[in-house]
Amino acid sequence: MLKNRIIPCLDVKNGRVVKGINFVKLKDAGDPVEQAKIYSDGGADEICFLDITASNENRDTIIDIVRKTAKECFVPLTVGGGVRTIQNITDLLLAGADKVSINTAAVKNIDFVKEASKKFGSQCIVVAIDAKKVSENKWKVFTHGGRNKTDINAVEFAKKVETNGAGEILLTSMDKDGTKSGYDVDLLKAISKSTNIPIIASGGVGTLDHLYDGIVKGGASAVLAASIFHYGEFTIKDTKEYLKSKNIPVRLQNA
Amino acid sequence: MNVTIVDYQSGNISSVINSFTEVAKGKVNLEVTSDIKKIKSSDKIVLPGQGSFKSCVDSLNSINGLVDSLKETAMTNKKPLLGICVGLQMFADIGYEEAETKGLGWISGKVSKINNQKGKFKLPHIGWNEIELQKESKIFKDIKNKSHMYFVHSYEFIPEDKSVISALTDYSSKIVCAIEKDNLFGTQFHPEKSDKNGLKIIDNFLKL
Repeated sequence: MLKNRIIPCLDVKNGRVVKGINFVKLKDAGDPVEQAKIYSDGGADEICFLDITASNENRDTIIDIVRKTAKECFVPLTVGGGVRTIQNITDLLLAGADKVSINTAAVKNIDFVKEASKKFGSQCIVVAIDAKKVSENKWKVFTHGGRNKTDINAVEFAKKVETNGAGEILLTSMDKDGTKSGYDVDLLKAISKSTNIPIIASGGVGTLDHLYDGIVKGGASAVLAASIFHYGEFTIKDTKEYLKSKNIPVRLQNA
Repeated sequence: MNVTIVDYQSGNISSVINSFTEVAKGKVNLEVTSDIKKIKSSDKIVLPGQGSFKSCVDSLNSINGLVDSLKETAMTNKKPLLGICVGLQMFADIGYEEAETKGLGWISGKVSKINNQKGKFKLPHIGWNEIELQKESKIFKDIKNKSHMYFVHSYEFIPEDKSVISALTDYSSKIVCAIEKDNLFGTQFHPEKSDKNGLKIIDNFLKL
């Protein structure tokens, strides 16, 4: 049976983990490579890096981090943030990323998704959709890390990225992100039902029950969270054991 | 021992290189190349593959003499060869991804889209799934039945002779996820991304 994936996400800015603290074992709390290794050793099903570096000059920093991480972590590695060109994707994949996540560039030009999935295969193209609720059961797509509003309907856009070759959708609720009040389950459900590719839930996790809701109520194939893991509130192991106790299929470590 | 990872410019093979490098450390001489001479003189071959069946076959064929030298090494000289993902699928006679495409024809069978029961199951089949061992296979030494491996694919290899199947996985139906026939090995899942179990499989292959 296919297992639901638990994915810790590391926000990286200028080569350092943002929000990354509290691991007793860590020598350097801000080192993304070391933190990724801890997650991987702890049984994470995938590792996600989100590069939130504002300037283009520092793009090489994330490449270097990916290169080092890929030599130590033997689980899938997804990298997003500022992926705008085929060359960006090539650079990340060559450095050892398994998938790239495309956000703003997909909204600006859907052909980019098509071209990328044709060139590299759908298996490595994730489209990240940031959505915000505008009325009951209606969401609009946001870009540039949630700063810019578009008039694009999120559900329609999700269908469009599927048609254009995306292998997965990383779906973040802008309303919920950072609130610790749980995923936008209605959003997840709406998009998961209208598409036939796996959905990764993101934005709003504060408790382990939120992960449960994302999978059971939202229909997500995978759940992504950042702060509950970074601040050491829960380990990956705690998380999986809890979900297993609630009959969610998960991969327990080394099994 | 010389082990060659065939680099035929198809898809991303960095993870394959990283994991084999990790396992091979100091024990094995690892080459990443499409150089025909090196392939012919290597003791073992790893054939990765990402993207579509058609794009992988086209890439193999675009390198002059590559298919023939792989055939000579694996089929005539019986050197162990491990196909990963589309690398395994290409063993088949024919594949139907993108367009009907002739495969290497090393193991009779076809590669078709996974029947996802009219959308009841999402495709690609992405994530960790258990493998159900079907027979003893050298690359599964010390791998427990129902171990988890990382999958990402929408197409499956259906061999004519079921005795080549060394493992299945359960998704929308039972999917062939590993084969062993003489010196030919293949995994539909990605051992290079399957954590410690995956590294163990790589180690088993390198120790053959």
